[in-house]
Amino acid sequence: MSKSKTQSVPAKKSNQISVYENLVERVTTGDTGEFFMEVAQLSKFTINFFKNLFRPSFEFRELMRQCYVAGYKSLSLVAITGFIMGVVLTIQTRPTLARFGAESLIPGMIAVSIVREIGPVITALICAGKIGSGIGAELASMKVTEQIDAMEVSGINPFKYLVVTRILSTTLMIPVLVIFADFIAFMGGFLGINILGDVGIRFYFTQIFNSLDYNDLMPAVIKTFFFGYFVGLVACYKGYTSNKGTEGVGQAANSAVVIGSLCIFVIDAIAVQLTSLLGK
Amino acid sequence: MEKVKEKKETDEEKDVKDTDKGPVMEITHLSKGFDAKQILKDINLTLNKGENLVVLGKSGTGKSVLIKCIVRLLEPDKGKIKVFGKDMSALKDTELNDMRKKIGFLFQHAALYDSMSVRDNLKFPLRVSDKTDKEKEDLVVEMLESVGLADAIDKMPSELSGGMQKRIGLARTMILKPEIILYDEPTTGLDPVTCKEISNLILEVQKKYKTSSIIITHDMECARTTSNRMVVMKEGVVVAEGTYKELQKSEDEWVRSFFE
Repeated sequence: MSKSKTQSVPAKKSNQISVYENLVERVTTGDTGEFFMEVAQLSKFTINFFKNLFRPSFEFRELMRQCYVAGYKSLSLVAITGFIMGVVLTIQTRPTLARFGAESLIPGMIAVSIVREIGPVITALICAGKIGSGIGAELASMKVTEQIDAMEVSGINPFKYLVVTRILSTTLMIPVLVIFADFIAFMGGFLGINILGDVGIRFYFTQIFNSLDYNDLMPAVIKTFFFGYFVGLVACYKGYTSNKGTEGVGQAANSAVVIGSLCIFVIDAIAVQLTSLLGK
Repeated sequence: MEKVKEKKETDEEKDVKDTDKGPVMEITHLSKGFDAKQILKDINLTLNKGENLVVLGKSGTGKSVLIKCIVRLLEPDKGKIKVFGKDMSALKDTELNDMRKKIGFLFQHAALYDSMSVRDNLKFPLRVSDKTDKEKEDLVVEMLESVGLADAIDKMPSELSGGMQKRIGLARTMILKPEIILYDEPTTGLDPVTCKEISNLILEVQKKYKTSSIIITHDMECARTTSNRMVVMKEGVVVAEGTYKELQKSEDEWVRSFFE
């Protein structure tokens, strides 16, 4: 499609101009154009977030409510997922390690893989599904029913009240949920080991903490703040800018999960690269 | 019966005279379009103090766009909107928020916050005020009593009928004691009895709180009950202006068709 548009540029124009026009045309139309428009709007949304974040007055009560919704109400789901993660990981890796007579390494293996990778990523994905879709759908439905406009005309800043509090809550709560999920996963791992063996809880946890160091913990914790921030940002952006009626509500929820999950993988890939570069 | 009618007409004339106290809002050469489509074309309007101005027109003629431009939910492409002598487009964020507190807006579907109870819905606009909790609570009760729904204070919006939601929406609009109220189709989707109740409520609010209002509607009964003056819009242009009776006898057949 863009090829035919390239051909439609008049031949009399100089090469430089036609290349420029072609580029502008490609960037501003079709899928590419939409993508760049979306990136530009998301950047504007991000700038707006930071502007409102530091501008008084602060919505502490709403922030606490959102932390409760995002954090406390996700505890059970995160706990079940974490527990299963621990059990499955232990049961799956045990035969391989047993073949090499390295069963004693199981706690260390669980600790490193859960803390560094599996815990943060799986928990963030669960949160993108549960919290992200909730925020996306809620804000989109508020937009459709003019509730956001109603806030604006009554002199309340809806961006500060709805968006800033939600993004902050996911940024703060997802790291807490990840730490909680990690701990529950260790408990699951302990159960997994004891299904076929007999390991004391003190020995198990001593092995776990001995195999973890600063380089395992810090990068993992730091990246979870970014996971939380992007889950909240994408969900709020999609919900707050939704404009296609009730169809838009579904789309906002869907995009919040899909793009949020994609962001988690991209951030994780960057974090792994940075960690390995800094670790050298 | 005739006497009562005559008396009512005299009251109406008196109301019109009462409104003649200078403009609180002046709209000049207002235009607004979306993409290639021009919705509002060179609108000129004045709202006088204490007046109920009804804006009549078919769906899609830009009535709602007009009042959304007034409170800057939409930015006009051209023209000026002056409220209390201040140019709305020149206001900074904080000034705009202060001005918006003087302009109440009742949305077509009330736009109640569905995650909050009626009490919290009404308290919400007061969250930045200096009032104490007791004063806020008293004000909420006063407003709910004025719309006849004091019993609904702890209910959620989903538990209320359409008419009740409109009343609560009006109470929430009134809680900041605005001097101007913009009604976006206040009777749409309601049964005739509730329509009449809402129309009477608009009149009560006007008299009790001395508000000036713009009422967007295509409900002729609501227009007849509430209007001091009316304008008729067609395809983004004001085509007629006058009182209900004047427009009823308009020479323009299209304008007259609203009254038939």
